Amino acid sequence: MLPNESLVNFFFPNEAEIHWSLMIVIYPYITGLVAGAFVVSSLYHVFQIRAFENIARFALVAAFSFGLFAAVPLLFHLGQPFRALNIFFTPHTTSAMSVFGYVYSSYMILLMIELWLVYREYFIQKAQETQGIPGRVWKILTLGVMDYTPESARVDHKLTTFLAAIGIPWACFLHGYVGFIFGSVKANAWWATPLQPIIFLMSAIVSGIAMLMLMYAFIRWRTRQAYDFPMIQKLMGFLWGFFIIDFFLEGLEIVYVAYEHGHHWSVIGPLLSGPLYDTFVIGQVLVLSVVPFLTLGYITIFKPWGKGLLYLANLASLLLVLQVLFMRFNVVVGGQLISKSDRGFTEFHFEFLAREGVVPAVIILSAPFVVFYIISRLIPVLGDAPDTE
Amino acid sequence: MTTQTPNARRVFLQRLLAGSAAAGVFMVYRQPVMAALKGANETTQAAGHDYAFVVDISRCIGCGQCVRACSIENEVPEGQYRTWIERYVVTPDGVHVDSPQGGMHGFDEVDEALASEAINSFFVPKLCNHCAEAPCIQVCPVGATFRSPEGFVLVDPEHCIGCSYCVQACPYGVRFINREKHIADKCTWCYHRVSQGKLPACVTVCPTQARMFGDLNDPDSQVARVLQEDNWDVLKPEAHTASMCLYLGLPRVVV
Repeated sequence: MLPNESLVNFFFPNEAEIHWSLMIVIYPYITGLVAGAFVVSSLYHVFQIRAFENIARFALVAAFSFGLFAAVPLLFHLGQPFRALNIFFTPHTTSAMSVFGYVYSSYMILLMIELWLVYREYFIQKAQETQGIPGRVWKILTLGVMDYTPESARVDHKLTTFLAAIGIPWACFLHGYVGFIFGSVKANAWWATPLQPIIFLMSAIVSGIAMLMLMYAFIRWRTRQAYDFPMIQKLMGFLWGFFIIDFFLEGLEIVYVAYEHGHHWSVIGPLLSGPLYDTFVIGQVLVLSVVPFLTLGYITIFKPWGKGLLYLANLASLLLVLQVLFMRFNVVVGGQLISKSDRGFTEFHFEFLAREGVVPAVIILSAPFVVFYIISRLIPVLGDAPDTE
Repeated sequence: MTTQTPNARRVFLQRLLAGSAAAGVFMVYRQPVMAALKGANETTQAAGHDYAFVVDISRCIGCGQCVRACSIENEVPEGQYRTWIERYVVTPDGVHVDSPQGGMHGFDEVDEALASEAINSFFVPKLCNHCAEAPCIQVCPVGATFRSPEGFVLVDPEHCIGCSYCVQACPYGVRFINREKHIADKCTWCYHRVSQGKLPACVTVCPTQARMFGDLNDPDSQVARVLQEDNWDVLKPEAHTASMCLYLGLPRVVV
């Protein structure tokens, strides 16, 4: 069905090419994982949720690993990547995008300080134990602070709590501004809604929690360690709660637009029943939202245990990491499918080896896990010693 | 352990914080402060020109000369368009819009079935509206796109990072990322010609004077007369972009 009584599919000549492709799909996905993982860490450090004590460090390291690669998709996307630093030198402050450089770099600094505070006791211990070049590396990591007294530990704790506390609104800013970038574009009917920043933020937290669950289950399985079922139960509870909010907001936006039955619906209705039917209605909503919603509800209400809990938690988490990826795709690419002529849709084609192709996207999405693996072999992430197997 | 006194450390940290805060404030407010120091745009505008473009729908015959001339004059890459022509065929059942290659080589005849249903048909030239409240300028993260005091919305080719945010923000679809230069590109109202006292290429070659360009501050110009007669429309008025491309005889179905 074509929008606005159009007899043939028409789009403006310059709309044949979609400008924000896979790189702009995975960029908010990665920053979302950063924000989500950090929130889990803060649930322990700030809100003292005891069940997450053993995964707080793990969540921080995961957030850091994802954060290292957050800017990479953008560098791949820019027409002039060598001018990327212009965003630092001449930020045009009416643009939401102009804050990226500052928010991202300050957030990574915050993460690194927090990681240092959490791990410095281990750094000191290793610096005292090891010799030669590795010993010097550990010494550098201690930043010259070699004492670890109960007094200094208390100061560490206060600082960690403080940083974790300001880290929450900062993570919200890091990801919320991305939602604002889309939500403030009046020219795009699918993007333009004031709900966009909060929708992006809630789905970011969902993706972060779900990804941590998958990583935790995989690591415990590979290292043949015991699963912390009370922690998993609590984590799934939070995942369900955040997902309820996320799903509700995404649905609310559509219900509103449909009910308003105005200009936006004249193009969004045909979009959702047409080009976006498979990836949105079937993919994002029916398969990847309804199923994990019910699964997580079952976990939270009936409290399964052992293998049952593990399988259900992994199923829900896997579906949700995909749901958020589909959501990013449907928003970023879906919005650009709508022609600004209001009289048709353009097409999206996956490329494979091109600059914004599937292969580079997969490589960039995989890189944080490689870095996480390397880090986990050097410092204790889950448990008291690094994984040396 | 440091040998500095706690007081010296505290003073150092305070100065560091104050200096960083000052630098931050300066970075954020540098542009508006410098603009204010240079004097408001309004005064330079009053002293100089205030350009506008007029398109008369009733005169356009869809020959495509304008698209060809623009493409040659501005070295526009093939398949990308700084201007284009749309053909509308209105029937009781709906509207048929097409723009084969931007109308660069004119249009083939409409097929008989459609022609027999048609109640109205016309051509609509499209180009950058050089909006006075351009959303593309608002969203540029590095300030590469800007509006000159005379009303040209331009892109600084040395500064643009090619992020495409301006392409997304333009309600009229007139922007694109130049395939050869990898920066944002669009109609410039042929700034390089106007600054030499000539007219834009498309205006120069139009055989029917469907396109007009002039200075609103010149009471004898066509555009000033059109503005004053107040019989004009703009595209997507609900977008509140203060478009400076005025259309005469714009049918309701045109978006």
